[in-house]
Amino acid sequence: MPIKVENLVHIYSKDTVFQHVALDDVSFTIEDGEFIGLIGHTGSGKSTLIQHLNGLLKPTSGKIYIDDVDINSKDVELKFIRQKVGLVFQYPEHQLFEETVYKDVAFGPTNLKLSDGEIKDRVKNSLELVGLNYEEIKDKSPFDLSGGQKRRVAIAGVLAMRPKILILDEPTAGLDPRGRDEILNEIKSLHKKEKITIILVSHRMEDIARLVDRILVLNKGKIQFFDTPSRIFKEAETLESIGLGIPQVSDLIRQLRKRGFPIEDCISVEEAKNAIINVLRGKKNA
Amino acid sequence: MIKAKNVSYKYSNQEGKDYFALKNINIEIKEGEFVAILGHNGSGKSTFAKHLNALLLPLEGTVYIDGMDTREEKYLWNIRQTAGMVFQNPDNQIVATIVEEDVAFGPENLGLEPNIIRKRVDEALLTVDMFEYRKHSPHLLSGGQKQRVAIAGILAMKPRCIILDEPTAMLDPSGRKEVIETIIKLNKEENITIVLITHFMDEAVNADRIYIMEEGHVVMEGTPKEIFSKVDEIKKLGLDVPQVTELAHMLIDEGIDLPKDVLTVDEMVVELCRLK
Repeated sequence: MPIKVENLVHIYSKDTVFQHVALDDVSFTIEDGEFIGLIGHTGSGKSTLIQHLNGLLKPTSGKIYIDDVDINSKDVELKFIRQKVGLVFQYPEHQLFEETVYKDVAFGPTNLKLSDGEIKDRVKNSLELVGLNYEEIKDKSPFDLSGGQKRRVAIAGVLAMRPKILILDEPTAGLDPRGRDEILNEIKSLHKKEKITIILVSHRMEDIARLVDRILVLNKGKIQFFDTPSRIFKEAETLESIGLGIPQVSDLIRQLRKRGFPIEDCISVEEAKNAIINVLRGKKNA
Repeated sequence: MIKAKNVSYKYSNQEGKDYFALKNINIEIKEGEFVAILGHNGSGKSTFAKHLNALLLPLEGTVYIDGMDTREEKYLWNIRQTAGMVFQNPDNQIVATIVEEDVAFGPENLGLEPNIIRKRVDEALLTVDMFEYRKHSPHLLSGGQKQRVAIAGILAMKPRCIILDEPTAMLDPSGRKEVIETIIKLNKEENITIVLITHFMDEAVNADRIYIMEEGHVVMEGTPKEIFSKVDEIKKLGLDVPQVTELAHMLIDEGIDLPKDVLTVDEMVVELCRLK
């Protein structure tokens, strides 16, 4: 289920004094099963873009194809698109509302008018995908859970719709390092097991570098880069000039090179360790 | 400036069961210090922070702010003026529709003369570098800017201590940088005591001292170099170390001669070039 965006333009409050161009001629393609990182400064158009991908916003001009279907053409049912493209908003736990975890996760599938058995399967499976124990948690009130658990339940609610594309807007904001790593690992294994396409919006460059196949960098409503992490993090100066950072490791490599330390590119701590050892040992052996 | 002696606090959950959020906490922070408090969610950090301006009162033990016992009601307003608090969500802290009116809210409630309020508001906005936005509407500002307005609102109360509870959790990288630079400036230039609660280790690196909390206890205390050189212990507590510190640790394990307490990219570059 590829995503194809062609010349997408979105203008808020068009033809008023508040007119604001949020997306300016954006075109890209995402293949089936890719893991994409979406980064950009606040106001770069990230949220506007992801809201187009499941039809919450309509383009001012341009086209969006999900699986070769133009999602804004008149004969396409939005319900159908929203089922295929799951969107997890920032702080999704604010959207929990039911009395029990089971009911909350079942809300989507129930609206699809599925059989009780199918709903139960989906709820169980979705909760397990996000690392929660179905039997232990299903009858609890979502409001009695910890922050990290609430967030997982909210994500499970989206997964219960069995989306082919999952978009997560800052899924780790406000979590502690342990909670953050747990959720990210679950997203990673979800991507592997279910072979769904994932778009992860995040400000944490270290996580992005570690997880994704390609990074889409937005700046002032335009695509600045769309490439692999190792190529993108070479553009440190440009990234900083548009209000983004690079992982500490990438910065280290850059500084070392400036001082004439002959080190190859790497994006993770593990890779950097090996690269540094190669340089130091190589020197000693020579 | 801040002294917590054997402080304990407990909450009750829905089933009426009690659990201790703080257990026998002893923390002392001197005037002008910059202290970071780390710990994962539920470790008691925020509960402790709320004790520092008498939003919560200890069940056992005592909290002194500038020598004032927080349990004595007569000190309440003095304490809140001495120790100001900044919270995580900038949108929950802004009350007015114009930036400068928001900053004036505190001093107005102190019943100050209008010309003094004017002076304080201008000074506070200049300090956080938001003066040119004084006539703007807060809801059109970026997260980092809103958070700086919230800090200005506290500054206008002329506090000697500011407690910030995850002030950058909802901000993007440039917003975080703005806020952290502002905090460092307040500490270095205005000599304001800073208590920064955070999940970001690169922010804690700037502090003079770090306390780490776990299940309501203080489990580690020391300078950033002392704390982060204990990579394994920190990771066991579910916390991060800066990437370069982790890298240094891995290289040491491989027999490379590096100091354990490398915290910044610059230090690491110097060390590695020395070995080359």
